[in-house]
Amino acid sequence: MSKAPLSAGKPNQAQARTQAVPRRDPAFQQRLFWSAAALLLLWPLLVATEFKPWRLLEPESLQVSGRFVASFWPLAHSADFLRMVAQDTWRTVAMATAGVTLGLGIAIPMALLSTRVLSISALSGRMARGPFWLRQSVRWLLIVLRSVPELVWALVFVRVVGLGPTAGVLAIALTYGGMLGKVYGEILESSETHPTETLLRNGSGRLQAFFYGLLPTSAAELTSYTVYRWECAIRSSVVLGFVGAGGLGQQMDNSMKMFNGGEVASMLLVFMALVALADRVSAWLRKALG
Amino acid sequence: MLEAVSARHPQASSGQAAALQSLDLRIAPGEQLAVIGPSGAGKTTLLQLLGCALRPATGRLLLDGQQPWTLSAVELRRLRTSLFLAPQVPPLPQRQRVVTSVLAGRLPAMGAIESLLALFKPQDIPAVFEALERFDLGDKLFQRVDRLSGGERQRVGLARAMLAPARLWLLDEPLSSLDPTRARQAVAVLREQARVRGVTLVTTLHQVEVALQQFPRVVGMRDGRLMFDLPADQVSPERLARLYEQHEQELHGAAPVDDMPPLAQAQPVVMQCR
Repeated sequence: MSKAPLSAGKPNQAQARTQAVPRRDPAFQQRLFWSAAALLLLWPLLVATEFKPWRLLEPESLQVSGRFVASFWPLAHSADFLRMVAQDTWRTVAMATAGVTLGLGIAIPMALLSTRVLSISALSGRMARGPFWLRQSVRWLLIVLRSVPELVWALVFVRVVGLGPTAGVLAIALTYGGMLGKVYGEILESSETHPTETLLRNGSGRLQAFFYGLLPTSAAELTSYTVYRWECAIRSSVVLGFVGAGGLGQQMDNSMKMFNGGEVASMLLVFMALVALADRVSAWLRKALG
Repeated sequence: MLEAVSARHPQASSGQAAALQSLDLRIAPGEQLAVIGPSGAGKTTLLQLLGCALRPATGRLLLDGQQPWTLSAVELRRLRTSLFLAPQVPPLPQRQRVVTSVLAGRLPAMGAIESLLALFKPQDIPAVFEALERFDLGDKLFQRVDRLSGGERQRVGLARAMLAPARLWLLDEPLSSLDPTRARQAVAVLREQARVRGVTLVTTLHQVEVALQQFPRVVGMRDGRLMFDLPADQVSPERLARLYEQHEQELHGAAPVDDMPPLAQAQPVVMQCR
């Protein structure tokens, strides 16, 4: 919007060089207006979220946070504690991996069902009505699965199967199944469809066309996205621990409730190392696959 | 086979002239014919019609006496297994190995499980090798498609026909990225193999001399209409001149610059994460 007056001003300037030198930027008023409008719109949001950062600096709050941070040192490092941390770290990784693997079981068939590229009726003109609605409803199902946060699923499953990693695995499986399935479908549809189409036209089945045409075209992208998601799952499985779904998060939650700063700090450090490691591994894997 | 067929592209606006207009064409089983004509004549559309890739707007298409577009989905698919439609741009995935690409021609004759197993252990490697060897590509058997040149890819795409269970080969500009010697060789192989297998061969060509010298029957098309349909020795220079009027460079010069579209760049996927 703000560009229009600028570009309209140019020819005028060229024609009438003898006229007064322009003193004002024609876009200035608009900018002023929109900045003010943005601030005005932001105000109710700040009120709604009780955004009062100065509270942090009140002596009382400073004392509380100071005490908590001070208790971080010395780090907890007894042999028992370290063994427990190692075990739970491993459990966190296992939870993420198992969850993503289960999620693949949802994502792959649903992505195949939902992708338009594998439609035989769409080869000549429009897709037939039945297959269209089937694909559309699978897609909606994926969106529903994906849009319920894994934290909510975890709370549900903690009630169903009790405290422990099983709830976390199931929660990750459902959310990530939806997420992966939807993105897989998008990757398949954005890839080059020429080979797949030709195979279908020459009488191959849908599954055959997928394995001989579509998969080799987009395999690298699919794997790279999966590995990236696995890294995200590791991070989110720590969060899931806080609602009782096992792993490092649950231990961290326990220590926090006991105000044991040393343990919290040690576990935070381990967590950071874990995330950094997962990041490196996934970057390396993606590079190797790309 | 074709009776008063007209067709338009699904994307074409209704005001535009149809890509094919009331076209009659009868092709006997086992016949071999070349379709020539200037760019935009509707040659590719004709092949797509014959290959059941495009539904005729009016008129009838008969393949072996049956109308494909009245068949049920299952029967139509069965009919498609007897067609081999080779597009001008070879439909080969970049990261696939040549052996798999060629073997994909046989997929219509293979079951789903069989074709999955063939991904791990390619079946009938000798047949694939033989098909490639006919086009002098035997040494590329286990290479990846993206290591091949444009001409090599095109020949790999043609080698695929050798494994297809089809009885009708529809080849769209099969020579567009081959040099003249290779082009002659490829046509000779295709014609001979089609004859041996009793396959009907329909191909569009930009190389007019190749069409006249090597094909018994030549069809000339222009602006979606049939200009002539004659034995090759009866196609006179006058007819050719009329066919290519205002497109003379296509008649005399080499094939027009290969209009291979740039390979689709993989779009980066949004990687959002909470």
